Amino acid sequence: MADVMPTTAPGKLILLERIPPPVWVIGLVLLVMPAFASNFVLYQIFGWSFILGMIALSLMVLAGYGGMVSLIQMTVGALAGYVVAILGTSGVTDISLGWPWWLHIPIAILIATLFGTLVGTLAVRTEGIYTIMITLAIAAAFFYFTRQNYGIFNGYTGFNNVIPPRLFGIDWRQSVPFYYLTLGCAALSYGAVVWMARTPFGLALQGVRDNPRRMSALGFSVTAHRIAAYAFASVIAAVGGILLVWQNAQVVPGTAGIPQVIDILVIAVVGGLRRPIGPFIGAIIYTVLSVFSSDILHAFGMSGERFKLVIGLGFLAVVFFSPDGVLGLWEKYKARRDENRDPLLGGGR
Amino acid sequence: MGTLQNLSTRHPIWTLIVVVLVVGFAWLILAPWPPGLEQAMGRKRVFLNAILSGITLGALYFLVASGFTLVFGLMRNVNLAHGSLYLLGGYIGYGVVEVTGYWLLAFPVVFIVVGALGLLLQHQVFRRMEGEELRQTLVTIGISIVLADLMLWYWGGQSYQVLSPSWLSGPMTLPLISSLRSNGEAVYLSYPQVRIAILAAAIVIGFAMWFVLNRSRLGMLIRAGVDDRDILAASGVKIQYVFLAVFAFGAGMAGMAGIIGGTFQSLSPGEDTRFLLASLVVVIVGGMGSIPGAALGAVIIGLAEQIGLVYAPTYSVVFTFLIMAVVLAFRPQGLLGAQR
Repeated sequence: MADVMPTTAPGKLILLERIPPPVWVIGLVLLVMPAFASNFVLYQIFGWSFILGMIALSLMVLAGYGGMVSLIQMTVGALAGYVVAILGTSGVTDISLGWPWWLHIPIAILIATLFGTLVGTLAVRTEGIYTIMITLAIAAAFFYFTRQNYGIFNGYTGFNNVIPPRLFGIDWRQSVPFYYLTLGCAALSYGAVVWMARTPFGLALQGVRDNPRRMSALGFSVTAHRIAAYAFASVIAAVGGILLVWQNAQVVPGTAGIPQVIDILVIAVVGGLRRPIGPFIGAIIYTVLSVFSSDILHAFGMSGERFKLVIGLGFLAVVFFSPDGVLGLWEKYKARRDENRDPLLGGGR
Repeated sequence: MGTLQNLSTRHPIWTLIVVVLVVGFAWLILAPWPPGLEQAMGRKRVFLNAILSGITLGALYFLVASGFTLVFGLMRNVNLAHGSLYLLGGYIGYGVVEVTGYWLLAFPVVFIVVGALGLLLQHQVFRRMEGEELRQTLVTIGISIVLADLMLWYWGGQSYQVLSPSWLSGPMTLPLISSLRSNGEAVYLSYPQVRIAILAAAIVIGFAMWFVLNRSRLGMLIRAGVDDRDILAASGVKIQYVFLAVFAFGAGMAGMAGIIGGTFQSLSPGEDTRFLLASLVVVIVGGMGSIPGAALGAVIIGLAEQIGLVYAPTYSVVFTFLIMAVVLAFRPQGLLGAQR
């Protein structure tokens, strides 16, 4: 699916004609990126952006289509990473079981999905801000649990040397293969989300978001749709989590610490929670800021450690001025431009 | 006490179980333990210490969470920067104690400074996005990120401890028997004086809040606002002033709790999220918007944390979240929360 990034619905060629030209251009640029971008840019900026974008995308599914802001997505991803480290190979040989990749990766996704669904089952009993608090509290519990449990999660040190399997003789941790791996996964999950939003399930989910009482009067189970949304989002978060663990070659309690959990929310909100592309835009802004923050801050004569301040102020500004994130700003600009245009003749007035 | 009688006639078995548990617990605390029990559960002193630490920790949690729950109950506004106000109050209190040397002076100073910050937040931030819950939550997250980094910038990463005054330092003897000497003489438990003082202060503050809420005009306005904000506003009350007062009070309480937390624990980056989470769990368990609920939740969480720390150190943190999950599963509005 990587060749039609970023918009496609699997198996429906007719849809390809509806894809606007800018998307083709972006897809093409992303595909030939390795030809001109440095390895650092490919691995640290784009690889990381795609991964964070996927995890934030799973939050976008829940928040944008389901109306539930869940802070558990990073934890679901980290759990998948942990399972990969425990069942697969890692530097901690007395815990890791060393199962083959075709066994431990599906099991990791399955376990993380089960966990996410379970949390969802608990969280859908509540609404709005309660959901945020409950998922935040469960995420914190997971963080403390992994930090204190040495039997399974290896406590404070976690697992190091968790690397992707050598499939087809390729070292997937090299910059170019890893770039394509993350690009492919991100495109697939993007496509899956776009497709899901148009299925009867996705439409019903959006109906549940807009008016749960009416939907339940129409015979839809509100709870079942919400829990199913958690399950769907958990799969994406789990894949993202595994990729994240492979990228860092390690998984530690801090992988899903409170700041990281909040970062996912920041990314999704800054990008925009309305459309699936938003989280990826947010992720690119976040990674660029975090990688180059020290340079940017030095340019303004400040110490490079104040990265969080920049992120926090940027986040505040976005939430203050455009609740729909950067995408919302773009749409506002477009709406204003269209307003100034003569409806009959086109062009400026 | 008619309601209690009602309850006991309606649920005789539950009442009996609760009474037996309470009596058994009182016996565990008051009586000297027989040797068999000491063998099974360890020294009585350890148990008593865990209970007392749990209750005093609960007192601290109550001080932090009461402002949180009040603000939430009245304004439906989850202030996720509450932990930052706690930590900021602690740092400022530390500075005041360092400069002046008066521990008690830190409290009014911090209450005013952090309360003023609360006024500013309510007036400049929350009033602009009234009713937009998600946006308020996101903004408070942003504020907490910014405040955390500003505090890290100014105070650095090391941990601080507020010095308790000399008249509160040292242990005091409590009328609780910790063990019996071989000659039958009772040994009484000694416990840090400052923690007992904080417990007493929390109880006094709790009762004062209850009194203000239930017996004063302001309390009447607040309770009316909790029940129906729009009708209260429509009946001519300047509800924005009530909001400002409650928010400033909640922020000031969080700040003062920061001094207390800095006195019997320590202040460092990360404590803000810790206490934010503690308040979240406390109010989820106790019930959103309820002061007695905050007290009950705080004591339960404090006890669970400390008893867990003594008897199952690996999983002590998990206990608190387990309690929260169980409460959510069976009583989503919290133990003393109102049904909505």
